[in-house]
Amino acid sequence: MDLSFVILVEVLYGVASLVLISAGLAVVFGMMKVINLAHGEFMMMGGYATITAVGLGVNVFVAMLVIAPLVVGLIGLIVERLVIRHLYGRLVDTMLATWGLSLVFIGLATMIFGNTTTGISTPIPGFAFGGYQVNGYNFFIIIVSIVLVIAMYAVLRGTRAGLIARGTMQRSNMAAALGYSPDRIYMMTFFCGSALSGLAGAVLAPLVGLVPTSGGAYIAKAFITVISGGPSLIAGLVSSATSFGLVSQFFTFAISPVIGEVALLIAAVVLLRTMPQGITGRFFKGKL
Amino acid sequence: MSLNRRELLGGAAALSTAAMLPSAAMAADTIQLGSILDTSGIFDAYGKPMDQAMRLAVKEINDAGGLLGKQVEVAAYDTQSDMALYSQYAQQLTRQDKVDVVHGGILSASREAIRQTMRKTKTLYFYNVQYEGGVCDRNIFVTGVTPAQQVEVLVPYAMKKSGPKVHILAADYNYGQITARWIQKFVEENGGEVVATDFFPLDVADFGSTITKIQQTAPDLVFAPLVGGAHLSFFRQWSAAGMKDKIPLASTTMGVGNEHKVLTPEEGNGIMVAYNYSQELDTPANIAFKEKWQAEYGDTTAIHELAVSTYQGIMLWAAGVQKAGSIERDAVVDALETGISIEGPAGKVTIDPQTHHATVDVHIMEFEGQGMTVIETLPQRAPIDTQAVCDLQANPGDNTQYEIEI
Repeated sequence: MDLSFVILVEVLYGVASLVLISAGLAVVFGMMKVINLAHGEFMMMGGYATITAVGLGVNVFVAMLVIAPLVVGLIGLIVERLVIRHLYGRLVDTMLATWGLSLVFIGLATMIFGNTTTGISTPIPGFAFGGYQVNGYNFFIIIVSIVLVIAMYAVLRGTRAGLIARGTMQRSNMAAALGYSPDRIYMMTFFCGSALSGLAGAVLAPLVGLVPTSGGAYIAKAFITVISGGPSLIAGLVSSATSFGLVSQFFTFAISPVIGEVALLIAAVVLLRTMPQGITGRFFKGKL
Repeated sequence: MSLNRRELLGGAAALSTAAMLPSAAMAADTIQLGSILDTSGIFDAYGKPMDQAMRLAVKEINDAGGLLGKQVEVAAYDTQSDMALYSQYAQQLTRQDKVDVVHGGILSASREAIRQTMRKTKTLYFYNVQYEGGVCDRNIFVTGVTPAQQVEVLVPYAMKKSGPKVHILAADYNYGQITARWIQKFVEENGGEVVATDFFPLDVADFGSTITKIQQTAPDLVFAPLVGGAHLSFFRQWSAAGMKDKIPLASTTMGVGNEHKVLTPEEGNGIMVAYNYSQELDTPANIAFKEKWQAEYGDTTAIHELAVSTYQGIMLWAAGVQKAGSIERDAVVDALETGISIEGPAGKVTIDPQTHHATVDVHIMEFEGQGMTVIETLPQRAPIDTQAVCDLQANPGDNTQYEIEI
């Protein structure tokens, strides 16, 4: 009983971390069709923003939930103005440009913070459940991703800004005809996507520690999750994160963490072979 | 591009003269010491102080008038925690720089990446790191501790403090794999049982599921030969899950890179280790060493066992060169094989002629307030694990790394 609860927490944590890792990319790639290969580096910068802010005496939760998303969002804004906006609709070119950006960010982070591992302690203590100890921070990550998904849904579905953003992504000339500036809407959407990446990097930083090349560990998982999710933004994100989270945690517990990672990749191959349009290309059609 | 034979030969001749000239000119008046270490990347916590120690040792030798009346010159390369760069720089050191000796290599994977290059080019090689034991090669000298010097003393101590059921978490490459087998052997010899062994690639940083799994196997003790910056997360997450006070930890690697100074006291306290060196050693040699370090770098907190091993390795090599009166590889090897010893910061270090490993003091220690408190000292332990399989006196042509069989 205790054990099944602990394993349930671990599985939920696996799913939640996939949601977190992929949320920013879901916006930037899923909505805007920009292949952002610097996504991992946006996360890495979120982590460094947090550690730097904590080092300056800022409360760790403020640093993670406010400062890191803002900092990375602003960096995203600059990147969008300087590079990305010239490349909308040119998939291959954005790929090349953002890959170059990722190298630049790794180089800058190495120059500023050094090519060395840094980290901060997790701010939430563990607690006992029956005969088992549970990492309290896992709950925090689960809660953050639930709130994140609900907030994304509420904004996209319930607010006028969300409606305009979705409309612009589908038919930007129509949005322009109705008096909205697609340029500014794209800019704001990219800001939000970057901020989400920064948040993910910040929240995961205390758990895993940081090097300038940390981003590389996330990029593949993020793309796999978003692509397998398919056309629906939130339904796709949640359904593919759940499937992959379940598969990888199952094999992690049954065999080992390495096999868990392997199983995730194999599951992705099988899934995309059977459902080339992604999960929401077949199920939950038309959902957000 | 097409070349006729005359152009090709001319070019090759020009190139090879250019390549030979500087090294031939330098070889005349200085001794070249090659160093190959990860001073950046996820292993920089190990490599940076080793590099400082190497430079400190060379400076000391040079200030004392050099070796055989010649100054020692350093050719150092940073391998950036990238195993592929080791073979590249090893070629550079041996074929282009033509150094007289190479000190370096940190991970066992890096040592094996360059060992054969050193052997083929007849370049004397010092590996100054504690490792899994068993390397039998006349061209290499190892000044770090091996499992019989370390694991053998740590396992009974840790088991006595905890209990007979042990869960092993090891880094997934030659060091971790072989060390895990040694741990298993000593656990069983001491009447215990290994309930599970897990291996982790060096970039794994999320140990959540592992921590749950450990609770399932419910061991009395967790033994963790984990390596590098990413694996440090285990100790953070272990403490964050509140496991630290429930199941004791022992490690063969934790602290060699001063990890206990990176972790908070709450995360580190109580972890059991066994090493050749601790900054807290209260010996005149260590105090003098720390003063020299202080004078050179202004701060002694970076000193760790691997740095001291590097320092001792260079001093042993220097003693060998003095004794041989030559920097020729074979003459130096013969001199070192007389069982040369030096008094280093970590105590007396003697070369074992049979294995080219070192006989050293070993201390059982526990982390306490970001320091290592010495619990028990075992003086002058010989590398009996390697001695059991390797005899370079009887069989000087040997070139194997013997692995333990279970």
